[in-house]
Order: sequence, then C-alpha cells, then structure tokens
Amino acid sequence: MNQNILVTMALTFATTAVVSVGGIAAMIPEIHRQAVDVYGWMNDAEFATTFAISQIAPGPNILLMSLIGWRVAGFAGLAVATLSTVIPTSLIALAAHRAEQRLKRANWYAVTRRSLPPIVVGLIIASATVTGRAAITGYLGVAIALAVGLYVTLTRTNPLVPLFAAIAVGVIAGRLGYL
Amino acid sequence: MGEIEEALVSNDRDSDEIVTRWSLFTGFMLVGLFGFGGIGAAIYHVLVDRRRWLTPSEYTSLLGLGQVLPGANLINLATMVGDRFQGALGSALALIGLMSAPLVCLIALATLYDRFSDLPDVKSATIAAAAGAVGLTLGTGFKLARNILKSPPAIVFAAASFFAIGVLRFPMLAVIAVLAPLAVATEFWRQRS
Repeated sequence: MNQNILVTMALTFATTAVVSVGGIAAMIPEIHRQAVDVYGWMNDAEFATTFAISQIAPGPNILLMSLIGWRVAGFAGLAVATLSTVIPTSLIALAAHRAEQRLKRANWYAVTRRSLPPIVVGLIIASATVTGRAAITGYLGVAIALAVGLYVTLTRTNPLVPLFAAIAVGVIAGRLGYL
Repeated sequence: MGEIEEALVSNDRDSDEIVTRWSLFTGFMLVGLFGFGGIGAAIYHVLVDRRRWLTPSEYTSLLGLGQVLPGANLINLATMVGDRFQGALGSALALIGLMSAPLVCLIALATLYDRFSDLPDVKSATIAAAAGAVGLTLGTGFKLARNILKSPPAIVFAAASFFAIGVLRFPMLAVIAVLAPLAVATEFWRQRS
C-alpha cells in the first residue's frame, strides 16, 4: 500500500515536472488536482497549509512537492517526492546545457522561447486562483492576498517582507476576533 | 551565520578558473541558506557577486535557458553551473548543496507547525500566511503579465491557459499539448508575415 503511494507519487511528480513550462509556480494547479482531487492524499485545508509552509521555508519552491511527500509518507515520501521532481528535469537541463551553442543558433528554439511565456503567465495566475480557493475562506484572507499581490507587482523587495506583514496582520486580527 | 559564511566564502578564492567540487557544494549550500523568500536573488548574489563564477551576462543566459526548460528554473540553473565546472558530478553536488539546508528547515518548520497548530495565534498566522502565499503567486503572475502580454496573441494564449487550468481545472498535460504547438505555430506565422 505504502509502496504503491510512493510509486504513484514518483510518476505523478516526475511527469508533471517534465511537462511543466514556466517553473514550479505553473505546476501548482496540477499538483493540487492530483494530490487533492485525484489521489486524495490531503484535503484543501491541508494543501493550503502545506503550500504556506513551503513558501515560508527558504529554498526553491519545489519544497512544496517535498513537503507533500513528507506529509504522505514521512522521510521516504520526502526523498521520493524531491528526487522525482528534480532528477528527470535536471537530466533534461544537463542535455540542454551541453547542446546550448547549437540550440542558440536554431530558429525553432528562439521561436519556442518567445511563444511559451504567455501560456506560463496564464498558468501562474491560475495557480493563484486554485490555491486561493483552497486557502482563503473569509474577506480578510481575500484582502491579504490582494494586498500582497499588489505589493509584489509594484515593488522588487524580498517577498518574505509582505508575507511576514500578512502573518502579523493575521495574528492581530485573530486576537481581535476578526479571523 | 557570519563565521560559517566567511569560511565558506574564503574557500577557493585564490583559484579563479577552476571551481572545485567541494566549492560547488559549499557555494550552493550558501545559496540555500541565503534563500529566505526568494532564492533567485540569493543565487545571483553568491554566484556573480561573491564567488564570481559567472559574469552577469553568463548568468542571464543560463537563467534564460533554465526558464525555457521544464522544471524549476533555479534547479536547472544549478544543474548547468555544476556541469559547466565539474560535469555531471558537479551538477549532483550543486543540487545536493542547494537542497540540503532548505529541506532541513522545511521539516523543522512543518514539525513545529504540527506541534503548535492548536494555539489560536498559530492558527490565525497560518490562515494569513496561506492567503499571503496566494498573494505572492498572484503578484508574480501580474508582474510577468505586465512584461510579457504585449501582443493580441500573447493575451489570447494567457487567457486560454488561465481558463483551462484555473477555471475548468483541465489536466496540465492536455492543456500544454494543445496550447504550446498552437503558440509556436502562431509565432512562426507572425515571423513569416
């Protein structure tokens, strides 16, 4: 049973990572769909806290997959989730790096590079709405998300600054009974 | 932090051309430790400013390649930097260095959360952090949208991928399989005319 989960998770994360364009943020809706809707590894609320913790921790945002693995199957899950997300895509990166000079001269490469970013923008905004529906329950949450979103759009500071401001607002609101 | 940092940084400073395997490991470990809230800035700081393994334009070029490839761009970047100096083994060391400290922090945070999640303050902090994390993603999306969505086809493809994934909740594989070839074909057609 447990081993089955690990195999399923490895296949799910590896395939999702390999077909993802635009990095991890673009993968989040698919990961949510698999973890919550398809396999039922966690519910919406658990996904939301897992996502929040992975954002607060330092490091690359594939930590979301690592933490899902940890939640589902402890250390084995952590290892399987992390490795299955990292290894296949790193092998592709290795091959691409070695072919870089040839790639740069190829017209199809330049065209592909120009044409995919708009799709990525759509995926990332979809990430926000999908995680938003899982994570946000009240008006205060909506206000916090919009305020942080606006702040990130308009400034170039470390994203932890608005995140910790949001946490402070949350704790104060909680103490005052608004949350 | 200060002393560890000094020890890590002072390591192979005398040799400019050869970046050793140990140095790749410690350099990327430093990136992981610095990476609170945005590892992109930390990678630039360590690789370009502190250790001078890459010039700013080399960094931009590798990051650009890392962004078109599938997977996390900074994982891809670490893979390529490792490969550049020490081959595939260098890539592995760079990745292990990059991931080890964040993974330890992650598990520590998750364990702390599990222990204290019943406290009212922790509950409200988590609700707010989750909403804030959504805001971070939203802001990243808006920032990119402002820079990238400058032509009608770009807006159409962004809207289509948002609608298919965010509203209809279609599987990503299917959506990419349909939209990516269409976007590439459109771009070829625009280039011709």
